Amino acid sequence: MGIILEDVGKSYEVDGKRLVVLDGVSAEIGQGEFVSLIGPSGCGKSTLFNIICGLAEPDRGKVLFDGREGVGAGEVVSYMPQKDLLLPWRSLLDNVILAREVDGMNREKARREARELMSLFGLAGFENSYPAELSGGMRQRAALMRTVLARRPVLLLDEPFGALDAITRTRMQLWLLDIWAKFGQAIFFVTHDIDEALLLSSRVYVLTPRPARVALHLEIDLPRPRSAEIVTAPRFLELKKTIMEALF
Amino acid sequence: MPRSSKFTAPLVFIVALIAIWQGLVTFSGIEAWLLPAPWQVAAALKDMLPLLMYHSQSTLLAAVTGLVAAVFLALAVAVLMDSSPWFKRGIYPLLVLSQTIPIISIAPLLLIWFGLGLLPKVIVVALVCFFPVAVSMVEGMEAADPDMVNLLRVMGASNWKIIKTVRFPAALPSFFSGLKIAGTYAVMGAVIGEWLGAGSGLGVFMTRASHSYQLDRVFAAIIVISSVSLLLFVLIILLARLAMPWYFKERSRSND
Ligand SMILES: Nc1ncnc2c1ncn2[C@@H]1O[C@H](COP(=O)(O)OP(=O)(O)OP(=O)(O)O)[C@@H](O)[C@H]1O
Ligand SMILES: [Mg+2]
Repeated sequence: MGIILEDVGKSYEVDGKRLVVLDGVSAEIGQGEFVSLIGPSGCGKSTLFNIICGLAEPDRGKVLFDGREGVGAGEVVSYMPQKDLLLPWRSLLDNVILAREVDGMNREKARREARELMSLFGLAGFENSYPAELSGGMRQRAALMRTVLARRPVLLLDEPFGALDAITRTRMQLWLLDIWAKFGQAIFFVTHDIDEALLLSSRVYVLTPRPARVALHLEIDLPRPRSAEIVTAPRFLELKKTIMEALF
Repeated sequence: MPRSSKFTAPLVFIVALIAIWQGLVTFSGIEAWLLPAPWQVAAALKDMLPLLMYHSQSTLLAAVTGLVAAVFLALAVAVLMDSSPWFKRGIYPLLVLSQTIPIISIAPLLLIWFGLGLLPKVIVVALVCFFPVAVSMVEGMEAADPDMVNLLRVMGASNWKIIKTVRFPAALPSFFSGLKIAGTYAVMGAVIGEWLGAGSGLGVFMTRASHSYQLDRVFAAIIVISSVSLLLFVLIILLARLAMPWYFKERSRSND
């Protein structure tokens, strides 16, 4: 199951003026792939995600799931928005099973499944805590766990580590690679951070400032499994230079 | 501040107020049928306690039944308003308008239509309580984070599921502040209903006492009415703590 974006365009009406946000973006996410989207702030990355999951309508272009139009986005993608959006009135455990519950799974069964995975997400022992009682990193992991547990073939992650400190961030990136290997879902990943995109992805799309178009499409041919030291490899630096040239 | 001192200040004020009242009565030599002294009220309260307890039962029954009816009605209206913008546009002005009708003027009509029993009192209470509960519920549901609603929508949740998992819980803090206001209105509404005619109730007790110029008894009834309202208020606060443990945890954390 993959996603194809064909020449997606979108503009908003702001104060009576037309603001073109996406100016024909084409991209592709194959089954089980890790693909990143880099672009300057405000260029339209979140807008593109909203279009993929059906929260916004494109003015032109198409979003194809598995080569077809008109498939319900909810069956294919699981969305992790920029804010963690944990429900404050639900315990951590009941937050992460939300998508399963919506799918009609028995609550107890979903809880049992989630309990077994708590330690994998570094959340064991906090099942009954409310989101307000968790640290920023834990909330982020909880939001990610909720997204993964939805068991959709494609995950849309919008800057999941944007608010974290550098040390936590690197640890979370490596851990995300583990999760990705374990669950085999495709990941479409939005970030501002070139190092992050290179460490994680198999391919990278670089967007221009608004109106966004694809400035560069780059294959990341770094060997896997990758570790934190990869950022000093010569090939890594070469690729980083290519991306920087496209961005600045 | 240590916990005990929380009650010291209000206590001082109450004692001072009673002392001033007692002083006024003693030094002016005012007649008891115009203004009884505090100790006379206390004596009346003690004498009349069994009778007052009996009458409070009917009042409390009318107040609680009316309040519960108002809550269910308000929830139903809030859900309808949330699921249909058309319904919302139509009903909202009516809600506000209903609030401008003086309850004291329609209470006699209710008595004519429904007799002297419990029902007209329950209706008066429900009418008084419906508005604050409905408005706080609707506004609370509207204030739910639209991104949370969208998150559920992408998961494929139905409207009803979204109301249950996001809008209702998000509205609870607002709902309970409306309910606290309604709770204090409820006993008042029941007493007004009883004033106009009933077999029993604190309102009946008060009318009888004031018709025979037994003001000490009227004051005793006022004290009981306040106590009953206070009881309802405390019950609502306890209910809020049971219903939203997460909210009070968050609040106590941010106050630390
Ligand atoms: N619903 C909307 N109505 C009007 N303008 C909008 C709307 N949504 C987004 N925009 C505008 O579209 C542009 C792109 O927004 P978007 O959130 O997609 O950027 P982004 O690339 O995700 O930025 P960031 O990296 O800071 O998250 C912004 O200028 C924003 O003001
Ligand atoms: Mg964004």
